[in-house]
Amino acid sequence: MKTNSYLLSILVDDEPGVLSRIAGLFSGRGFNIDSLSVASTVEPDVSRITMVTKCEPHIIEQIKKQLHKLINVITVNDLTDKKYVQRELALIKINARPEKKADILRIVDIFRCKIVDVGLSHYTIEVSGDSEKHDAIISLLNPMGIIEIASTGSIALARENGKK
Amino acid sequence: MKLTGGQILIKMIKAEGVDTIFGYPGGAVIDIYDALVKQNGLNHILVRHEQGAVHAADAYARANKSVGVALVTSGPGATNTVTGIASAHSDSIPLVVFTGQVPTALIGNDAFQEVDIVGITRPCTKHNYLIKNVDKLASTIKEAFHLARSGRPGPVLIDLPKDIMQAQIDFTEPKEISLKSYKPNYKPNKKQLNKVVDLIRRAKSPVIFAGGGVILSRASDQITRLAKMADIPVTASLMGLGAFPGSHPLWLGMLGMHGTYRANMSIGHCDLMIAAGVRFDDRVTGNIEKFAPEAKIVQIDIDPTSIHKNIEVQCPIVGDCKAALEGIIQLMEDKDTNDYKNDRKVWLDRIEEWKSTTPLRYEQDNVVIKPQFVIEKLYELTKGEAIITTEVGQNQMWAAQYYHFDKPNHFITSGGLGVMGFGLPAAIGAKAACPDKLVVDIAGDGSIQMNIQELMTAIESKIDVKIVILNNQYLGMVRQWQELFYDKVYSSTNMENAPDFVKLAEAYGAKGLRCTRPDEVESTLSEGLETEGTVVMEFAVDREESVYPMVPAGGAITEMLLV
Repeated sequence: MKTNSYLLSILVDDEPGVLSRIAGLFSGRGFNIDSLSVASTVEPDVSRITMVTKCEPHIIEQIKKQLHKLINVITVNDLTDKKYVQRELALIKINARPEKKADILRIVDIFRCKIVDVGLSHYTIEVSGDSEKHDAIISLLNPMGIIEIASTGSIALARENGKK
Repeated sequence: MKLTGGQILIKMIKAEGVDTIFGYPGGAVIDIYDALVKQNGLNHILVRHEQGAVHAADAYARANKSVGVALVTSGPGATNTVTGIASAHSDSIPLVVFTGQVPTALIGNDAFQEVDIVGITRPCTKHNYLIKNVDKLASTIKEAFHLARSGRPGPVLIDLPKDIMQAQIDFTEPKEISLKSYKPNYKPNKKQLNKVVDLIRRAKSPVIFAGGGVILSRASDQITRLAKMADIPVTASLMGLGAFPGSHPLWLGMLGMHGTYRANMSIGHCDLMIAAGVRFDDRVTGNIEKFAPEAKIVQIDIDPTSIHKNIEVQCPIVGDCKAALEGIIQLMEDKDTNDYKNDRKVWLDRIEEWKSTTPLRYEQDNVVIKPQFVIEKLYELTKGEAIITTEVGQNQMWAAQYYHFDKPNHFITSGGLGVMGFGLPAAIGAKAACPDKLVVDIAGDGSIQMNIQELMTAIESKIDVKIVILNNQYLGMVRQWQELFYDKVYSSTNMENAPDFVKLAEAYGAKGLRCTRPDEVESTLSEGLETEGTVVMEFAVDREESVYPMVPAGGAITEMLLV
């Protein structure tokens, strides 16, 4: 059966072990986590987990209900079919051979990225945007020799009146 | 008022209306045991293995319709509770398990008898806690009891570091529990209830399928009233036995792998199934594609995850079973015209035919005792009034088939997890909750040996239980599968090397009786049941008797192997 990608925004109690409960739920029931990002919110004692999961359509309902059943989960918001803003952040370290430096700077400029570290033989580029933007810049930079990449999972918030 | 952590613990358990707890001491919980012996009103039963404590607390909760409590030490004491907790989790039984823990300063240092029991039990508890601050102790205990008994009940574990139990504070009553992230929905949707009434009135061949949730929500009366008012036959899962009277003409018998012919056929041919408090376990459904293929399914459950999990249903109702069934009954009373009842006769006649052509059956000769015969005689002699606990395997299935439970909370078995060794400690727990009731553990020779040490608990605490061992000198259920599906290769299921159960009973200080002849079954049972104190009755039964009907794993439930 075909699988879809779902974007969940989950508010949880900021307590030790909460992430383990969620990770354990996914591993125990054979669900997949594609990416995960956890951070505090403006409310004290509440954290937001933004998660991307790939599964068949009927499984996502179980995932949402099972998540909600965890005592420390406050709300589960499925953003997939809503209007939302989504960002990922990546740091890309790339070979900066003299003959390629101009190309790299042009790409950085076009994608409105920043160079955050400059060495004798490499640049480190900061990219923020949705996952399509990341895929696009990586495919352009790849031929020039990407050394390593560190990236966050997706974070997302619903827009005002966030229904499609 | 200055109290120690240990004293607060006891005070809070008492405040929840629990009068008996089951436990086993150890280094990390000495302070609690010291406080326990210096108080009145909370009875402690010393088990002989921590697993026994949890099973006993589980049965106490079921027999008493309250929350069961177990208390154990850190490390191995805590890990020994895991099977019991997992069983209670599977069966949605309200428990609070207190485990000792090394002092907070040592946590994470691999101290003596340290284990991360909160980490270990995360997947098999409804919720669990590690207390790091004595100020949070009372409120956490209160919250744990609230979680254990509300919504879909389940086991909750609290890990108690030794220094927290020693610490002294000014005790203040905790506030009422209000959790922003936990608000079970009890009230069913009225529109859905109306839909059910409509479905019932249009159905030609309806069936009610009751599960453990009916017993947990105390909705037996509602199930019975609904069945009677609309002439709907009733089946149940193993966990639902007793939800509907087993002696009533509308009773179909148990459903599933070892369900009755008529129950399984009814599900195969019904056009409406009203499923209440069930989770459509694979032992009930068999092949899902062929489960109730012609039926519209109504599913009532307090837990939204139960709905659409294994089976697609047309009319889901999230809410308390009792409230939902009561709502349906009210609506039926308001607008019932009885005009659909003529159709029912055809359906009920068809069921009657299944019943008369293919009843549960076995043949008792005058040479070898049949296990089913022992249970039928037990049923007659106890007039169906006993609380029955079971071990797991053939003994459990024969108990389910031949002891016709008329009332809820009288059949106590490890349904979901299927724990061998459950029955004896469970019998102790049930008897502790209901001292005026006769409590009988129906056991096999294999599983009774898994927690046989609890005989000492029964003797010491003067909790009189009767144990019926159906001794076929095999792990009978596995042997049965080997006979049917593994060319009779009886790998590791022969139990001929067994202790002398009569002498074993006597060694513990119980009475032991042995019966080897069919014509002595009744007199042995009578003697055992009438003898005061704990009695072990061993019946040498037909070695290769199997449980029928049987649906081979993964098969359609209408395709049964009969005798």
